[in-house]
Amino acid sequence: MTVKEVFQEITPSDFFYRNRDIAGFTNPARALYSTVRELIENSLDACELSMIPPEIYVRISNKMDAQENFYEIRIEDNGPGVPPEVIPSAFGQILFGSKYKLRQTRGTFGLGGKMALLYGQITTNGKTLVISSTGGNEIYEYQLMIDIKNNKPIILEKKVYPNKRKWHGTILEFTTEADYPRAASKIIEYLKQTAIVVPYANITFIDPKGKLYKFIRVTNKMPKPPEEAKLHPHGVDVETLRRLIETTKTKTLYDFIKTHFQRVGDATANNFLKFAGIDLKKNPKQLSQEDIVKLVNALKNFEEFLPPDASCLSPIGEELLKIGIKKELNPEFVTVYQRKPSAYSGFPFIVEVGIAYGGGIPKTGKIELYRFANKIPLLFDEASDVSWKVINNLIDWHRYKIPQDAPIAIFVHICSTKVPYKTVGKEFIADRPEVEREILNAVREVARRLSLYLSKKRSIERERKRYGVFSKYLPKIALFATKLSEKKKEPEIKYLLKKAIKIEEEFWGSEEEERKSSGES
Amino acid sequence: MKKRKEKVLENLKNLGLKIYEQIEEGVFPSIEMPSRSTSNIIYDEKLRQYILGEKTVKRSTRNIRHLRPFTQLIWVAYFVKDLLTQNKTSTLRDVFYSAQAFEMDFVDQAESDEIITDLETVINFPREDFNVFPEERSAIFGDLTIEYTVPGYEGKRLNLTSHPDGVMIGPALVSSEFVDCKADKVIAIEKGALFTRFIEERVHERFKALLVQTAGQAPRATRALIRRLNQELNLPVYIFTDGDPWGMHIAMVIISGSANAAHLRDLNTPDAKWAGVWATDIEKYKLPSDKLTELDIKRLNELKADPRYKGKLWEREIATFLKIKKKAEQEAFSRYGLTYIVDEYLPAKLELMEKS
Repeated sequence: MTVKEVFQEITPSDFFYRNRDIAGFTNPARALYSTVRELIENSLDACELSMIPPEIYVRISNKMDAQENFYEIRIEDNGPGVPPEVIPSAFGQILFGSKYKLRQTRGTFGLGGKMALLYGQITTNGKTLVISSTGGNEIYEYQLMIDIKNNKPIILEKKVYPNKRKWHGTILEFTTEADYPRAASKIIEYLKQTAIVVPYANITFIDPKGKLYKFIRVTNKMPKPPEEAKLHPHGVDVETLRRLIETTKTKTLYDFIKTHFQRVGDATANNFLKFAGIDLKKNPKQLSQEDIVKLVNALKNFEEFLPPDASCLSPIGEELLKIGIKKELNPEFVTVYQRKPSAYSGFPFIVEVGIAYGGGIPKTGKIELYRFANKIPLLFDEASDVSWKVINNLIDWHRYKIPQDAPIAIFVHICSTKVPYKTVGKEFIADRPEVEREILNAVREVARRLSLYLSKKRSIERERKRYGVFSKYLPKIALFATKLSEKKKEPEIKYLLKKAIKIEEEFWGSEEEERKSSGES
Repeated sequence: MKKRKEKVLENLKNLGLKIYEQIEEGVFPSIEMPSRSTSNIIYDEKLRQYILGEKTVKRSTRNIRHLRPFTQLIWVAYFVKDLLTQNKTSTLRDVFYSAQAFEMDFVDQAESDEIITDLETVINFPREDFNVFPEERSAIFGDLTIEYTVPGYEGKRLNLTSHPDGVMIGPALVSSEFVDCKADKVIAIEKGALFTRFIEERVHERFKALLVQTAGQAPRATRALIRRLNQELNLPVYIFTDGDPWGMHIAMVIISGSANAAHLRDLNTPDAKWAGVWATDIEKYKLPSDKLTELDIKRLNELKADPRYKGKLWEREIATFLKIKKKAEQEAFSRYGLTYIVDEYLPAKLELMEKS
């Protein structure tokens, strides 16, 4: 008996429908968390690229007449809006988007947001309402569905309204199957941690019971948006190279290398092609499969390329992260340290680490770890993350005279054009040596600063205590001396108290007097 | 007695004045006093007691670690001055509790006791002179008439045979004047049981003796009283203890004082004599005995090195103890009958002692 193999082409939307686990839509609770997260991240990305301080409104409601596990999601932002002609594709076609470039954004492929809509459609057979304007004279409203089989948007309805107040932004509304009670704590935690890294955003959330959560903007400063950068030769794989060759307008490999890769000049291009052993005049479109593989290997192994350009990164910045931590956690002490850009496998990355102590930081007996990657809070699988390893296994807190059960929170942000996640779940960072080293050095620096603060605090505390001792006993001495000497007026001790503050700790630790008696001997 | 009290009051006032003036001058008040650390306790051959050496310590309020004990010290000075002027007495424990009313914090009584010892050192008088007494009391019995000086009893007289259990040695007795004495010696006895036996057997009459029960290690008031009886009434003092290193040392503290009280004078009675039970008595009277323990032997070796134990009798007895490795209690004489100790042993011992 023979089985006839059937080859069938599937569309991206079909593919993601079949593999929704990968994208974080495993079950109704996780799906809701992913939905909220993806939509908020899209909105934040859009606002940040246009340097608009984000204003985001999210509402999850459980419609009275609907099924118990059907929730309506509504998200509004004040981003740049989507041009009317691309709205259907932007929200109704998978793998269509503005993010196929090398620069740091939260999402990478314009996938997560549409996955949320797709999931909603699959589970409730509902449509998506999109209202958007780029700030021009009109506001566009679409009712959309996704043609999953053909990966095409279906436009159910389209309306145009005048935009008198020049509003810009996007509103999405759709229904999805979800389990809010089980997702609630993660969603709130997600919002809170997001508020830490985007203190310049107003985020409003209304839960199904009508409870309002507000995360208020405390600054209008925003990090500089990432610039677009060319690829770094070390970060190229066969597929990327194949696509580049398909679209390039260059006629020689020499030009190809110089045009499409960052920080490659004449000399480097020459040396590289010599190293690769490929003719520099060859037309890239005529490369064989073997040549492409050979070229990729050479690109990866040639050591004279300059390190990757970090201008495509958008770290939060020491000041903003500090503001965010203060705003959400109100600690007694906080400091943030940003490392210089570094790179792994051709991908630039920057590590930022903050440490907060006391005040609103709860004393839990262990160090609280907040992890962020490209400004996204990572809430799952903490113990598998490289930061966890650094904090719990690599740092000797005793050396910093920091008690391990002190109320401490550590914030680790890594931003990169390609965050080195360990798994497709994108919840924890792999312990690549380059990344681990950067995090370790940054944590050491902030630990040193906290240590300094604590020792200063201790010495102030000691001074205060010292003064307390003097002001407790000197008046008594004056009183008893007066009574003992049968004087009428007590002597003035103000002068002595003043002096007491000034005395350095000259007597501290001096065992001047031996007050041991030797028993009846 | 009155003169002493005036001197104590004067010293207390001067202490206050000194501190007061230092504060007025804007100087952190400080007190200097002889150091009581072990390295500064030396044996004085002439005085036949331990005394403090030249070393002094300065307690300065400039030093934060001294502030608390300094304040405690001046508070205690103020407290006892009040006691003296109001003619009241107090105990070590009282002082500890009274402190709380003044928000003076003593961790425990050991700490307040220590501060009182400091004050003794500074004022140069034992605490009995500023009316602070320990809790434990010993007793005296015999034909001595005293006249009280304590408030409410001034001029009242008491014969110390008036009560068959003996008269408690407390502040009132210690501060009394000796009016009339029919006794010609003092016998100090370590144990209460034997003290009672001696009274029952009328030792005070038969031997014309004042009987003092030390109740173990004699309290300082008792030591002070014994000294007064010796110095003021010229009575020889004989001490009877158990026949072991500990009993021997009870006698020694009465004779030569303790290292603990090295800062004080007039507590010891250098001419008092240890009358037994000696190690040689154990052999001579064939007394029922126990074996010396390791601790006993260790103690004997310590005493051997102690400068107070220089002298023929002490050296001989220590050597004998170490040789026979035996000890005996005072009660051991009972094997020859309850009155043997009084009828036979005591007369023989007294005769021997008076000769020496």
